[in-house]
Amino acid sequence: MRGFFAVFKKELHSYLTSPIAYVLAAVFLVLMGFLFRNLVMQFNAFCLTYFSQAARFGGQLPELNLNRIVVESFFGLLGFISLFMIPMLTMRLYAEEKKLGTFELLTTSPISNLQTILGKFTACFVLYAGTVGLTLVMMGLLDAYGEPDWGPIGSSYLGVLLLGASFIAVGILASSLTENQIVAVAISFGALLLFWLMGWASQFASGGLRKVMEYLSIIDHMEDFYKGVIDTKDVLFYLSFTFFSLFLTAVVLESRKWRGVR
Amino acid sequence: MIEVEGLTKYYGRSPVPAIEDVTFRVEKGEILGFLGPNGAGKTTTMRIITGYFPPSRGTARVAGYDVMENPTEVKKRVGYLPEHPPLYNDMTVEGFLNFVADIKGLDRSKKKLRIGEVAERCGLDEVMDVRIGKLSKGYRQRVGVAQALVHDPEVLILDEPTIGLDPKQVVEVRNLIKSLAGERTVILSTHILPEVSMTCGRVVIINKGRVVAEDTPENLTARLRGVRTIFVEARGPADGIEKVLREVPDVKEVRHEGSEDGTHRFVVESTLEKDIRAQLASSVVSGGFQLLELRPVGMSLEDIFLQLTTEEGA
Repeated sequence: MRGFFAVFKKELHSYLTSPIAYVLAAVFLVLMGFLFRNLVMQFNAFCLTYFSQAARFGGQLPELNLNRIVVESFFGLLGFISLFMIPMLTMRLYAEEKKLGTFELLTTSPISNLQTILGKFTACFVLYAGTVGLTLVMMGLLDAYGEPDWGPIGSSYLGVLLLGASFIAVGILASSLTENQIVAVAISFGALLLFWLMGWASQFASGGLRKVMEYLSIIDHMEDFYKGVIDTKDVLFYLSFTFFSLFLTAVVLESRKWRGVR
Repeated sequence: MIEVEGLTKYYGRSPVPAIEDVTFRVEKGEILGFLGPNGAGKTTTMRIITGYFPPSRGTARVAGYDVMENPTEVKKRVGYLPEHPPLYNDMTVEGFLNFVADIKGLDRSKKKLRIGEVAERCGLDEVMDVRIGKLSKGYRQRVGVAQALVHDPEVLILDEPTIGLDPKQVVEVRNLIKSLAGERTVILSTHILPEVSMTCGRVVIINKGRVVAEDTPENLTARLRGVRTIFVEARGPADGIEKVLREVPDVKEVRHEGSEDGTHRFVVESTLEKDIRAQLASSVVSGGFQLLELRPVGMSLEDIFLQLTTEEGA
């Protein structure tokens, strides 16, 4: 337990004393702010169009739902930007240790690989959650000038955090495979994009393969969260995705013992 | 304190072992010099003892615990300074020592006091708040030694601790290591000879993955001081060869070391002043025996070292 906290503290400290975390968070927030502004303007334009049409031709107004148009798209885009940002956060976690030789210090210390993996994972997750948490300001603005439904917003945040956890776990796995940070980014980004596109790819498959591909599609499990539904199945999907990746990381780290590498 | 038995390590699919059948013991409180040229297998052996990776064959025990079976108990008792000190450049010295104390499991109540002690001993008092990335090479090495000492380990394993330091820093680090004798068991690897004679009580010389000699630095030199030693291997009756060898002028002593299928190995000692190799060779041959090998065995530790670590036939 103590080893876990030590690694967690070290990683968080390292993020917060290096410019990487700040630059990534700033880029992330600027992009999200920009997208948020566009979504709100788009919503505004829809409203104006429909109102003027209704005034001119009469009849029922179509349902203009702030959640449907702004919130759902907002979180969809947030997930997409995370896909780019998280590999850059996780790339150094093991690759840098190997390059600096500090990996030798960790391996010859009486702490388990599990403790270091979880320590690193948690530090990265806390940073991600903190950055995502700052977008609450935008939701607050929405609430100040409109009447969004907070239920789906809450479940979307939960979904996005679960999605982020899966991304981080894959990133850590990729980082454990190499001592080159660029290679780590390439592997994690490639793997995540593969899972991201799985839903689309499943349309061109049939039978059991299609079912498997549909299930593995990492964004399709987000749909319910956006709509305000927390389905145990989806939560389990992200949790098992995360734990499986972290488990594989442990296997990679342990494998040094029987692979006979230097 | 440390018992290493028959350690063999293959890397990947390489058919040539990095180390083969390495066996030695280190008693409590002893400083053992682990001497060999670069690539001899020093680091490999040390990494096995510290539990960084397992051996392909053989066992290593620290304080009675097997490295493979009880890695955690071993790791708690071993302080390790790898060849490249494992340092996080973005941490302060104090933060780093704190981190190491935590992952090594040093008692929390002792932590502050212990870090203070180690810092003082390694001369780090003034740089405790400095980020490691900004430290000079000498200071970085000292932080490396400090991280190996911080959890008060019984065993200290130092891989080339003076490499890349300026002469003044080298002296400082050596004195630091010497001051640890008695209370701690130390293995110190190096490819610099004077370092061994200055700091170590006993030397294990390793070359091409094999232990080639083991003794105190004094014994290794004193045993051979003033005496030139020549190794002779010949085929024929043992008494006959010995008799011929003894008849060569300036030969002081002939020892029969062993024999196999009619070949016999002798160690011939002569005075230092004369090189009698030519006479030895010609008298063995003219005596009607077949001379298979004749080579000098070095005199000073340095000679032995060169002898043992240069290519065969040199």
